[in-house]
Amino acid sequence: MIRIPCPFCGVRDHSEFSYGGDGSVQYPALEASSQDWHDAVFQRDNICGMQTETWQHVNGCRMWLLVERDTMTHEIRSVRPAQTGLTTALEAIK
Amino acid sequence: MTRFSAWNVFWNGVTGQKGWSRQWRDPEPKSHYDVVLIGGGLHGLATAYYLAKNHNIKNIAVVEKGWIGGGNAGRNTTIVRSNYAQPGNREFYEDSLKLWENLSHELNYNVMFSQRSHISLLHSPGAIDGAARNYNVMRQTGTPDVEIWGLDQLKTAVPHLNYGPNARFPIMGAAVQQRAGTARHDAVVWGYARAADALGVDIIQNCEVTGITRNTNRITAIETSRGTIKTHKVGLAVAGNTSRLWSMAGMGQLPIESHKLQAFVSEPLKPLLDQVVVFGMGGAHFYISQSDKGGMVFGGDLDWYKSYAQKGNLPIVQDVAEAAMAVLPCLGRVRLLRHWSGVVDMSMDGSHFICKTPVDNLYLNAGWNYGGFKATPAAGTYFADLIANDRPHKVIANHDLKRFERGLQIDERGAGADPKLHG
Ligand SMILES: Cc1cc2nc3c(=O)[nH]c(=O)nc-3n(C[C@H](O)[C@H](O)[C@H](O)COP(=O)(O)OP(=O)(O)OC[C@H]3O[C@@H](n4cnc5c(N)ncnc54)[C@H](O)[C@@H]3O)c2cc1C
Ligand SMILES: [Zn+2]
Repeated sequence: MIRIPCPFCGVRDHSEFSYGGDGSVQYPALEASSQDWHDAVFQRDNICGMQTETWQHVNGCRMWLLVERDTMTHEIRSVRPAQTGLTTALEAIK
Repeated sequence: MTRFSAWNVFWNGVTGQKGWSRQWRDPEPKSHYDVVLIGGGLHGLATAYYLAKNHNIKNIAVVEKGWIGGGNAGRNTTIVRSNYAQPGNREFYEDSLKLWENLSHELNYNVMFSQRSHISLLHSPGAIDGAARNYNVMRQTGTPDVEIWGLDQLKTAVPHLNYGPNARFPIMGAAVQQRAGTARHDAVVWGYARAADALGVDIIQNCEVTGITRNTNRITAIETSRGTIKTHKVGLAVAGNTSRLWSMAGMGQLPIESHKLQAFVSEPLKPLLDQVVVFGMGGAHFYISQSDKGGMVFGGDLDWYKSYAQKGNLPIVQDVAEAAMAVLPCLGRVRLLRHWSGVVDMSMDGSHFICKTPVDNLYLNAGWNYGGFKATPAAGTYFADLIANDRPHKVIANHDLKRFERGLQIDERGAGADPKLHG
């Protein structure tokens, strides 16, 4: 079991979370070329090692998180809210 | 190499089993090959065999970082079927099934292909209609043995499924392919290895590819843990490790993610289940058959997060056990013997790639998801044909990396561009 330290709820089993996918994917502007959209939707680095990915704490706070995780050892390096505004807010109350 | 025959088995039986030779050689890598196949799984070995046999190319090496069949080839749940509905997949898997039907003879090796039928349980009128539509398409396009069964027929064939009034998922019928079944995965690996070796193919184990040397648009050599090997053509068949080799060749992204899939085997039981039974309903997924040794062999969904570790997680063990209890409650007291996991190359539409690449002499075989075991004979045949003739056969014309750019997805499940959903 991977244990994910949710910034809102504390350390929880990964089975409380739902895996999103590669968190480095940036969707282009709506009017961007179909090649740009193709690359964002279909193409992946598929990193073996540390990658940033999205997880949603569905059975907890329901927040989307950005998790830095090693895809070989499953070690987690960092977890932060996917919304940048929330990271700032969390820091303010620390 | 001694051929297997009734006479040879008898003769060796009475002469102390002294007449058998090694099944394949253990050669040192040569400095140059016409074709190097990277990956000694089923697809690498089958491709080498068909290159030598159908295309008369003899100077071939298969390089494998561990031992042959140590990857997904030796980790799968051995289901073979051709009940695919999408154009392209339909023809491909039906061709594969036809090759399976003669494979033991072709290889002079008993791969224990057992056409015990594949039964997908259906739990609602909508599911029956959906399956009937797909199976009608298959019947019209060359797969004659698929049919929909009502409850009576199903109860006669598999009496011990959970038909009870309190069943969590009441069963209403089943979609059945009669010619589908299972085979012994290790035997398929060994059979192809032995047959390829007999045609002169060098099978080089403990030989990890660590680098790929390119001269603009051509690969000139591969670096391995056993030295540099020069080659005219390279075929990549490394399943879950495709992206790693792809970046060794200096290329960028692929429409593939590596995920892990677990499988389970129970203690041996007396004959209990004479078919492959599949249960899929909402979030649950479960497939089961009984091996010749009596073990119940089963599996379910992926581990849900991307991973290169051949190590499965426990929540899936629980999911699979719950699904087992939902459809086959008689398994409740059965003990698990082993469970393991393999790294599968999940593609964006759930279908495979057998295609040319941006590098002139590099050819790709990848994106097998859960289903590359059944594909083995056809994948080997068409990949060999592609490498030998430098153009795709029409059956695999759409199984290229560019299909998404053309707006085409070969998506059996209709799950969309999310690799983990294509189970
Ligand atoms: C648990 C599980 C259950 C499955 N069940 C089924 C099923 O019921 N039916 C079905 O049709 N399919 C099934 N599959 C899928 C099927 O097993 C695979 O699609 C298929 O085996 C992949 O092809 P392969 O045999 O060539 O791969 P592999 O056997 O994985 O071969 C790839 C090889 O490449 C080698 N390699 C990797 N990197 C390097 C390197 N750098 N240098 C040299 N060699 C390298 C690996 O060591 C490996 O041996 C299942 C898979 C799993 C994991
Ligand atoms: Zn939370």
